[in-house]
Amino acid sequence: MSEAKASIDKDTVDQVAKFGGEHYKYGFTTEIDVDKIPNGLSEDIVRFISAKKEEPQWLLDWRLDAYERWKSMDEPDWAHVDYPKIDYQDLCYYAAPKSMEDGPKSLDEVNPQLLETYSKLGISLQEQEVLAGVKKIAVDAVFDSVSVGTTFREELAKDGVIFCSFSEAVQEHPELVKKYLGSVVPKSDNYFAALNSAVFSDGSFCYIPPGVKCPMELSTYFRINEANTGQFERTLVIADKGAYVSYLEGCTAPMRDENQLHAAVVELVALEDAEIKYSTVQNWYPGDKDGKGGIYNFVTKRGDCREARARISWTQVETGSAVTWKYPSCILRGDDSVGEFYSIAISNNMQQVDSGTKMLHLGKNTSSRIISKGISAGRSSNAYRGQVNVHPKAAGARNFTQCDSLLIGDKCAAHTVPYIEAKNLSAVLEHEATTSKISDDQLFFCQQRGLDPEEAVALIVNGFCRDVLQHLPMEFAVEAQKLVGISLEGSVG
Amino acid sequence: MSALLNIDNLQAGIDGTPILNGLSLSIQPGEVHAIMGPNGSGKSTLSYVLSGKDGYEVSGGDMMFEGQSLADMAPEERAIAGLFLAFQYPLEIPGVTNMTFLKTSLNAILRGRGEDEMDAASFLRLAREKSRALGMNDEMLKRQLNVGFSGGEKKRNEILQMAMLEPKLAILDETDSGLDIDALKTVAEGLNALRAPDRGMLVITHYQRLLDFIKPDVVHVMAAGRIVKSGGPELALELEKSGYAEYVGETVNA
Repeated sequence: MSEAKASIDKDTVDQVAKFGGEHYKYGFTTEIDVDKIPNGLSEDIVRFISAKKEEPQWLLDWRLDAYERWKSMDEPDWAHVDYPKIDYQDLCYYAAPKSMEDGPKSLDEVNPQLLETYSKLGISLQEQEVLAGVKKIAVDAVFDSVSVGTTFREELAKDGVIFCSFSEAVQEHPELVKKYLGSVVPKSDNYFAALNSAVFSDGSFCYIPPGVKCPMELSTYFRINEANTGQFERTLVIADKGAYVSYLEGCTAPMRDENQLHAAVVELVALEDAEIKYSTVQNWYPGDKDGKGGIYNFVTKRGDCREARARISWTQVETGSAVTWKYPSCILRGDDSVGEFYSIAISNNMQQVDSGTKMLHLGKNTSSRIISKGISAGRSSNAYRGQVNVHPKAAGARNFTQCDSLLIGDKCAAHTVPYIEAKNLSAVLEHEATTSKISDDQLFFCQQRGLDPEEAVALIVNGFCRDVLQHLPMEFAVEAQKLVGISLEGSVG
Repeated sequence: MSALLNIDNLQAGIDGTPILNGLSLSIQPGEVHAIMGPNGSGKSTLSYVLSGKDGYEVSGGDMMFEGQSLADMAPEERAIAGLFLAFQYPLEIPGVTNMTFLKTSLNAILRGRGEDEMDAASFLRLAREKSRALGMNDEMLKRQLNVGFSGGEKKRNEILQMAMLEPKLAILDETDSGLDIDALKTVAEGLNALRAPDRGMLVITHYQRLLDFIKPDVVHVMAAGRIVKSGGPELALELEKSGYAEYVGETVNA
């Protein structure tokens, strides 16, 4: 083990100790003038959002079509989650800081209060001098319905990398948006994706040209601030032939008593020999210990390995949300393409998680790997739902799936729901699953070595998650390890 | 000289079943005490009660560690105070390397004592030095804690933890069980190296053979939850010859 790793582990324990009692540190709200439309959803609202963004006719038509389809669809009820019916007419579909009305021309024009919000969240929107040895990270920050700033754009542009808000991409790179939007997640793919397609307000757009290895990590940071506001962002990442990009996504929200809806769509397209690594540390407000408040996270994420030897890797650390419904998936269309899914899903108190992945093997010699670690504590429920599908033409397809569940306490639940369908005899599919508990003996052993019970749980859980944490970019791994400890506070003793 | 550990008329049990029935024992700094006794005499219970394992209830008597009552302290507070238990069955923690565990443990204890934590470089140096002294290679520090370790490796690993934490009192619960003669020698050498004027040891064992390598100052015979006889090292040899029948009978009749 490297010293760096050792010091991260130590850091985890330190942080857990330091945060003692502080359960969710991002729960503050920002008092800011907002431009917010009345609650409710109608064709007029869809038109309003599109007009607000000065979108071309084709995009308005696309949205309206999505809205029509959504109206005839039913909210899915197959997931292992239970929540009161959402009144879609009682939500606000667009909220933006007032100062954004005219649109800031550069980061210098961004409202200082917003900048402060992000700095409180540990996100720098200043392109400050970067210390030696620390990698630069370009950030697109999305606040409620709009992107408030994207850093390092000029520097990225030197390599031909386009990284901007979705709205800007629509204006500046319509040909790319038109070509790829909805090409991975069709607008009527599912209930929430259709809703998103109708009302999405902003998000991040990224295009890496052929042969370019993106020189820095790209990231999007989502923040829901306004009450009763849904966040419907859309992320589109395209890696052209032979390109590489590592993309990070982080999320937080204020602590509010009412539930908030987050229904995002993320589409990834990897062309020949391209590679996309997409990592998420998802720390939405999970609600209080009795299940009051918190985010409903109903997200559709899908990557398309569209051409030969493309690679897409999803890594997620899920700690927030009251209810999570999320299945980052890979379509392995190109021959020899590779899809990966590494997941840590932690549920505590009254949280409900139904998450997993789909690996759709279409091309020859495609391979996929799924490592899922579910940790349930409190009275939470945590389900892994996965599908591995091998089509008749996918000769030589390979999948390895490992899903492990860890239970803390005796009032939580873990479920594993794997679907495997192989229509080609040459497919080799492996599935391993384990369920374990943190034993009293393990806790006592750690305590006898000086750790308090919460430090002990954090250490054991970080060990349990190791296979997945290793796949996160370094900067995120540290954050994720801390989060693991904090999310499980109060789960023992 | 004040006692390192002073147990006076200790009564304790689990789930309402009494196991320790008025046990008294006193260990001075620098002394090595051995407790021998038949199965079921309460030896392991004594180690768990001293270290504070959940579920064991103290119903009477005192256990004072450097003048401080252990009964009111959480297990980790006892560890921080300098009490170490080498487990009979060391636990596995998958995904956590030996190195990470040692470091987390050492720093938790330093922090608990209000001292500075050890930096990564000094820690690494110390861990390597201590593990080499126990005949363990660096590779073992990178392995996951006790996962896939042989019985001997697990026991040696317990001694490594003890060497790193430098406790004032080490309780060794059947550290010799499951060891072949070579492993036993290595473990005993490690323990002997840790003998110090300010450190006490309580060695719990079934057999004389460990005591061939670690010469105790005092040997106690435990039966039915009490110390029934105490003596010098020769008592262990005597027990090896005649067994525990005499003591078991005595307590049953008592």
